[in-house]
Amino acid sequence: MALLQIAEPGQAQAPHQHRLSAGIDLGTTNSLVATVRSGKAETLPDPQGRHLLPSVVRYRQSGIEVGYEAKQSEVDDPLNTISSAKRLIGRGVDDIKTLGSQLPYDFVGQQSSVPRIKTEAGDISPVEVSAEVLRQLSERAEGTLGGPLEGVVITVPAYFDEAQRQATKDAAKLAGLHVLRLLNEPTAAAVAYGLDKGAEGVHAIYDLGGGTFDISILRLNKGVFEVLATGGDSALGGDDFDRCVAEWIMQQAGLDENVSPGMVKRLMQAACTAKEALTQTEQTDIEVSIEAGESWQGSLSREQFNSLVDPLVTKSMMACRRTLRDAGVSVDEVQEVVMVGGSTRVPRVREKVGELFNTKPLVDIDPDRVVAVGAAIQADILVGNKPGDEMLLLDVIPLSLGIETMGGLSEKLISRNTTIPVARAQEFTTFKDGQSAIAIHVVQGERELVADCRSLARFELRGIPPMVAGAARIRVTFAVDADGLLSVSAIEQSSGVQANIEVKPSYGLTDQEIETMLRDSIAHADQDKQARSQREQQVEAERVIEALQAALAEDGERLLDAKERQQVDAALETLRNVSKDGDQEQIKNQIAELEKSCGFYVERRMNQSIQQAMSGHSVDEFEQ
Amino acid sequence: MLDFSKNYFDLFGLPVGYIVDASSLADRYRDLQRVVHPDRYANGTEQERRLSVQGASLINEAFETLKDPVARAAYLLSLHGVEMDAQNESTQDMAFLMQQMELREELESLREQAGPFETLLDLSGRINKQITDLVAQIAMQFETPNDEQLQEAREILRKMRFLQKLRSETERVEAELEDRLN
Repeated sequence: MALLQIAEPGQAQAPHQHRLSAGIDLGTTNSLVATVRSGKAETLPDPQGRHLLPSVVRYRQSGIEVGYEAKQSEVDDPLNTISSAKRLIGRGVDDIKTLGSQLPYDFVGQQSSVPRIKTEAGDISPVEVSAEVLRQLSERAEGTLGGPLEGVVITVPAYFDEAQRQATKDAAKLAGLHVLRLLNEPTAAAVAYGLDKGAEGVHAIYDLGGGTFDISILRLNKGVFEVLATGGDSALGGDDFDRCVAEWIMQQAGLDENVSPGMVKRLMQAACTAKEALTQTEQTDIEVSIEAGESWQGSLSREQFNSLVDPLVTKSMMACRRTLRDAGVSVDEVQEVVMVGGSTRVPRVREKVGELFNTKPLVDIDPDRVVAVGAAIQADILVGNKPGDEMLLLDVIPLSLGIETMGGLSEKLISRNTTIPVARAQEFTTFKDGQSAIAIHVVQGERELVADCRSLARFELRGIPPMVAGAARIRVTFAVDADGLLSVSAIEQSSGVQANIEVKPSYGLTDQEIETMLRDSIAHADQDKQARSQREQQVEAERVIEALQAALAEDGERLLDAKERQQVDAALETLRNVSKDGDQEQIKNQIAELEKSCGFYVERRMNQSIQQAMSGHSVDEFEQ
Repeated sequence: MLDFSKNYFDLFGLPVGYIVDASSLADRYRDLQRVVHPDRYANGTEQERRLSVQGASLINEAFETLKDPVARAAYLLSLHGVEMDAQNESTQDMAFLMQQMELREELESLREQAGPFETLLDLSGRINKQITDLVAQIAMQFETPNDEQLQEAREILRKMRFLQKLRSETERVEAELEDRLN
């Protein structure tokens, strides 16, 4: 054991130190942050005792307001007050044409593929809006916990496509957060619910939030949460219920479509209030002030409300049926349906879900908080506070990934509901003599025509050695990681030349754009950029050192001989020294150096753990 | 790290053969993912995370292959040196092909029927029965396969692929009909 104490005297070396982490539910209407304290996961309130943070940001020349303060200005200052950024995140300018008409903002400039909203404080992208919400919540967590967060788990709708996931991760980066994992909202809910109730077997999670709908079918088995299938609609939620009611009011009040942005927000607020009232009563009165001191009064019954929202509820039922089929389970096999998301408070939703699954849906958990709680539990494990924990989440890709082939058709490479991470390779060839580049278009979606799918990215493979047509064999590997994010690599088989890939995301920010935003936000905060990036590298170095030390403590003696051990210790020592006063670049290089020189040990460890996992079984048990 | 040259059966510590115990397979899959999955290395070094993503992807791929009777048959054939050309080869068994055409016509005519769900259920029942029969047949060929039996297995697999395709089309029609209800 003496060998383990390789930290310098005076340097903190506490292997059991509790690492600070949080789970963030970044919602369309409201967001929450939760953390695990003394073994209990709970959402954190603001100083006024409020757990929810409205996902609303107001941009003023004098500064930025987030949450309740911003929400108050929604009606008076609609153009500078951005809500529902989640509906826009990871979407392209084209999507805004369909979505944007429902949102009372001033969309501008299309130098980038990312839509921007014009405000007093400049043009703002949805990523930046979400970053502000994330920053507010992480500050709340850090204030409560009394230290910086080492990592966060952020939840996303299971049905979010790649671009929407990437944009969410970009927002976290902008907010200066280390993302341990993007976790699907229904999976997070299943974790909180399943661990709490000790549930086993097949469960359905019906998650209807402010702007998104997910249905997930999971099998729970001894701490393993295996998603069998997921489905949904990333543009269906309580907001749409409100819109139905608002349109009804407009009709009743004789208002035409050309109402002011402020009026739209007033209508939506009145609609939302009516919707909430109708969860408790059979009838509710509505009053909306219309410009010039006039106001409209009326009343809405639950029955009328039901018929207004039924098309939306039906849409979600169709997704449920399809997902059950994809999961290969029948309705009878589903043991319970867990209701998540504020919009599942609507009685009509509960009724229809109950009918479809032939069971009374579970509504006894707080539908607002369960996702954040599940994310906090996962964050606590991922950050390393519960070594040896058996929990494992196996998630799936919600939409098929394909590439464009001749005639504008999509050839599916990875089909929806494939367990992630996953990697698939495809071979391409040249069709002209001496061709040195090939263009590849990656799309996501179920439809056959590329035009009906979502364009994710265009890649250009360059540097193919000159050959006759058809001779080059370029193997392109598409890999989707556990967050549902895509990466692509390519190699020319016969020459072994690594083709260069130039990624042009069809939507979303380029790396340069993020860099510029980061720089801007830092300049804004008046911080020293150099110091900040050095600090970031130091944190990364600390993380690497800690990970390696923990590994050494566990099995260093067993897996390394004296000479190897010396080699590892020396590399650790060098990194420790460099990270103390080296600049960003030096630290980065030394981290890479350390990973190279200790690579053999990392591989040995993984092999060892695989052998251990398999040694529990003997081949005999199958040879009976 | 994971030995990528290992075959999928060895990876799961299972004997190479067509008959696979589903629950042992699932147990071992979970045991392996518990140690290899990227979530185990969320705090690890870049290299650890990269290796674990690769390893977990391989385990997922292996599990998908061994779980599915059609994919498993193709994989087992390839281990025995028989590579199928999935795109271009098809059975020449005329009786089987005739039967497939009839099933397909039946499926097409469903859309026009009133109350098609019962027929649909009956049809997918028959398709599943045929697949189950072929699974039993191919399992026999794989017991101690010589060249002749491998060729026979290949022929059965061609038929399985036919039926599998038909089954997914049946599911698509079912989805279509359900959507029409709403």
